[in-house]
Amino acid sequence: MVELWDGLAQAFWLVVTADSELVEIALRSLQVTLTALLVACLIAMPLAALLAVSRFRLRRVVIATLNALMGLPPVVVGLIVYVILSRSGPLGVLALLFTPTAMIIAQVIIVVPLIASIAHQSLRDLWQEYHDLLISMNVTQTQKMQTLLWDARRALLTATLAGFGRAIGEVGAIMIVGGNIDNATRVLTTAIALETGKGEFALALALGFVLIALTLLVNLCIHWLGKTEREGRW
Amino acid sequence: MKRVTMLTVIGLIWATGSLASDVMRMAVTTSFHNSGLAEVLLPELRKDLDLEVQLLVVGTGQALKLGEAGDVDAILVHSKTAEEAFVESGYGTHRRQIMYNDFVFIGPSTDPAGLSDMETAVQSLQNIAEAEATFVSRGDDSGTHKKELSLWEDANLDPGSFDRWYNAVGAGMGAALNTASAMDAYILSDRASWLNFGNKGDLALLFSGDPVLFNQYAFLPVNPARHDHVKADLTDKLEDWLTSDRAKELIDSHTIDGETLFVFNAQPAD
Repeated sequence: MVELWDGLAQAFWLVVTADSELVEIALRSLQVTLTALLVACLIAMPLAALLAVSRFRLRRVVIATLNALMGLPPVVVGLIVYVILSRSGPLGVLALLFTPTAMIIAQVIIVVPLIASIAHQSLRDLWQEYHDLLISMNVTQTQKMQTLLWDARRALLTATLAGFGRAIGEVGAIMIVGGNIDNATRVLTTAIALETGKGEFALALALGFVLIALTLLVNLCIHWLGKTEREGRW
Repeated sequence: MKRVTMLTVIGLIWATGSLASDVMRMAVTTSFHNSGLAEVLLPELRKDLDLEVQLLVVGTGQALKLGEAGDVDAILVHSKTAEEAFVESGYGTHRRQIMYNDFVFIGPSTDPAGLSDMETAVQSLQNIAEAEATFVSRGDDSGTHKKELSLWEDANLDPGSFDRWYNAVGAGMGAALNTASAMDAYILSDRASWLNFGNKGDLALLFSGDPVLFNQYAFLPVNPARHDHVKADLTDKLEDWLTSDRAKELIDSHTIDGETLFVFNAQPAD
């Protein structure tokens, strides 16, 4: 219990004094996760819309697979990306292992199924409503997808935030592909794992509180930018 | 306004990068990193050679694997037989001794197996086995784990046949010490990790000083003949520096709570 209070106090001082190391790893956490989130959204959103408006033979299989992949164990993703990016692996020449890029790749793989599944769920409901109207207007497949994506933007925000939550708190995969290198690939979660390993529970907890605060802050920012939860504009 | 705020944030986020002109990667063991010596040596290296050494902190087994795959430029580990095999199979060019420290036995301060009265490390282990006192093993193929296994062998005991008092946790030194602290168990640790460990709880250092607990660290550059992207010029520079008088001074004067951790013993180049 004492550690909890020590952790809170340390977190407070780290933030108040703007500890340079903390700022660096916190910014790197954001850099990696936000980049991964952006890439993942660019893949997952169109995919979800496509799955909602088109009918093809393997559609159900694809949807079921996406849903199943939501539970993809990050450690396994990390290992697979590691083996592929290792110097002895197929993409070794790119020299990407132990770089933030490798961490971004792993996180994209982890969050795409999650975002796509949640987004698809809401787009499918909306598609039932819009189906007759859009068919009668004889619009193209792309226009259908655009309409759905734009009109479901609130629900898609939730999908994005879920993806952010999974990515920012992830440690198993990025520990393996990033290597937790000081000044290069250390982020908040891997730093927490490191400090726990040293038995420095208070500092580890402090970093944990900073991570939680950061997640909260980013979520608030996204809501603010998206103008949600305001009177008259739900 | 919102656009500006967002762009500023994104700009700030991206503006984090590396500083030194030369960058190389070295895999080191957890025990080396936990000693705090890295924080002493790395800034000096940056100053003297304008070289940034990125450390991958792993167990000796994984460090050797990283070297075999060519994912690092050099390794600094402590398991002589594994190192010699590494050089023999052509993954490393050579093995250069740098410094040594020692292993110590940690256990509950009540000391149910009576380690503090023992003469040798082998005797200590036999006592633990006889008392069936709870013991935590690294179990992760690290240098410390290999040392522990060879000590059991010297004691004519087979960890595979042990009962539930023997716990192989498959974790790094710090995590294993955390487990031992929570279980009030005996554990073999390197001295540096123990001194720097923040969650000692009821544990205490019970036995040390037997020459078999001597722990030699060696530097092994990865063979550029196998992996042509390896920065051989930088590993040469690093090796020269690590075996220089400057490094000797820094290594020998590094202490925690007044205790010297490492003894420099590199031989000058021929």
